[in-house]
Amino acid sequence: MAYSEKVIDHYSNPKNVGTLDKSSKNVGTGLVGAPECGDVMRLQIEVDDATGIIKDAKFKTFGCGSAIASSSLATEWLKGKSIDVAATIDNMDIVEELNLPPVKIHCSVLAEDAIKAAINDYRKKNGLEELVFEEKGVH
Amino acid sequence: MLKLPVYLDNNATTPMDPRVLETMIPYFTEHFGNAASRNHPFGWEAEEAVDYAREQVAKLVGADPKEIIFTSGATEGDNLGIKGVYEMYAQKGNHIITANTEHKAVLDTCKHIEKLGGEVTYLSVQPDGLIDLKELEAAIKPTTILIAIMYANNEIGVIQPVKEIAAIAKKHGILFFTDATQAVGKIPVDVIKDGIDLMTFTGHKMYGPKGIGALYVRRKNPRVKVTAQMDGGGHERGMRSGTLNVPGIVGFGKACELCRLEMEQDTARISKLRDKLETALLKLDEAYVNGNRDHRLPHVSNISFKYVEGEGLLMGFNKNIALSSGSACTSASLEPSYVLKALGLGDDLAHSSLRFGLSRFTTEEQIDYTIEQITNTVLKLREMSPLWEMFKEGIDMNSIEWAHH
Repeated sequence: MAYSEKVIDHYSNPKNVGTLDKSSKNVGTGLVGAPECGDVMRLQIEVDDATGIIKDAKFKTFGCGSAIASSSLATEWLKGKSIDVAATIDNMDIVEELNLPPVKIHCSVLAEDAIKAAINDYRKKNGLEELVFEEKGVH
Repeated sequence: MLKLPVYLDNNATTPMDPRVLETMIPYFTEHFGNAASRNHPFGWEAEEAVDYAREQVAKLVGADPKEIIFTSGATEGDNLGIKGVYEMYAQKGNHIITANTEHKAVLDTCKHIEKLGGEVTYLSVQPDGLIDLKELEAAIKPTTILIAIMYANNEIGVIQPVKEIAAIAKKHGILFFTDATQAVGKIPVDVIKDGIDLMTFTGHKMYGPKGIGALYVRRKNPRVKVTAQMDGGGHERGMRSGTLNVPGIVGFGKACELCRLEMEQDTARISKLRDKLETALLKLDEAYVNGNRDHRLPHVSNISFKYVEGEGLLMGFNKNIALSSGSACTSASLEPSYVLKALGLGDDLAHSSLRFGLSRFTTEEQIDYTIEQITNTVLKLREMSPLWEMFKEGIDMNSIEWAHH
């Protein structure tokens, strides 16, 4: 299976690889997937308390090229967005942007799940109610 | 001079040796006859070429030429050997013993037989990939007619104790079938010394053409028969109908001859390269060889690089190095290798594996290049891996509640 150029680019030059201080109050961490399934994504956001804007985003991913590309793209999209807008990022946007084939759609779902998990982690830490998301159930 | 791309997926298929191609070409055009045409020189030429190739093939495995049935490849040989015995010996019993690391061509054939009312025991293997001979013997019943255990595994290269299996089969009056697809041409295989009753192998895993293989069917001590699985003109002593693939057979014969004459020197060189590759890659932290390292094909290595995912790893260099991974991330099922899982490897380690298969044409420069590329990619991906970070921090990954999907 050939990868799209965008997947190859994100894989070769991943954006925002790294770790934020997960104990910090304004950092939200989402860890999704499982080693047995062949992909684990950890996505972190650092939120400006005053504005609710995501100042920084980092990821680390264990997985195939599409999983790495999906998380790299997600961090790019997150930066500068408010957490409310970030919560509306849909996996199909990632599929479209990266030209993921059907067999790789689960990678984009995982990235969406990671975003939501990170947002909820931040909300929980800051005494906000956790958002309830619909199950995608693709993977 | 480094020649790119590097091909290290020789368990999938080997390139054809140019010397093989050369012997085949006249049989497409000039000598195109049907080997079954008995009344003119075109047929005679074809028949003569087939007879000669049959001798070349037989000689490589210590068989009599009359015991070689040409097939389209190993899958057909697996089907014909197992189903053919099941049907032919139905009076005697309906039980077959095999192992869960066999190729799908054997496993799915056995499943088919179960649907027909047969009974199959699937032995599990030990963590090193070898079957337990005591378990094998304990699985034998009065109705057992066949033991089907592969010679060497296609994913990990582990060589089963064929002689011992054959002795157990003989002691109980059971036939022994072996899928020797990965072994023949690479290591000495001798149907007499090994005590094999039926054996399948194929041209394209040993520098020969695709679409041609053989089933060895023993003619003495005991005389074995299989029921044909295709009806037709009664070619190949009635066991396999269909016009003979003369150019393929000629090429297969030549490939067998080259393997017989060059095996020793090829093996010495290839195993040295394999060991070099393996030693270098095992210098990486948390890298493990899968399967028994002593009872193993000399050109194969299967290594798991913990905390990096196999397909992601391949992507780092797959423009220049052809390899396969135990991670089946691209397959519809998303299931990792059942062979690695049968060794007791967790799915995570199975997802992290690469399979290396070297060949007659692999060069030292290519191995050096491969070592460098893989080492760099593993290090790069580990920097990107949350699991590697957790491992480095000493976090027990089993303590985490993973969201299984």
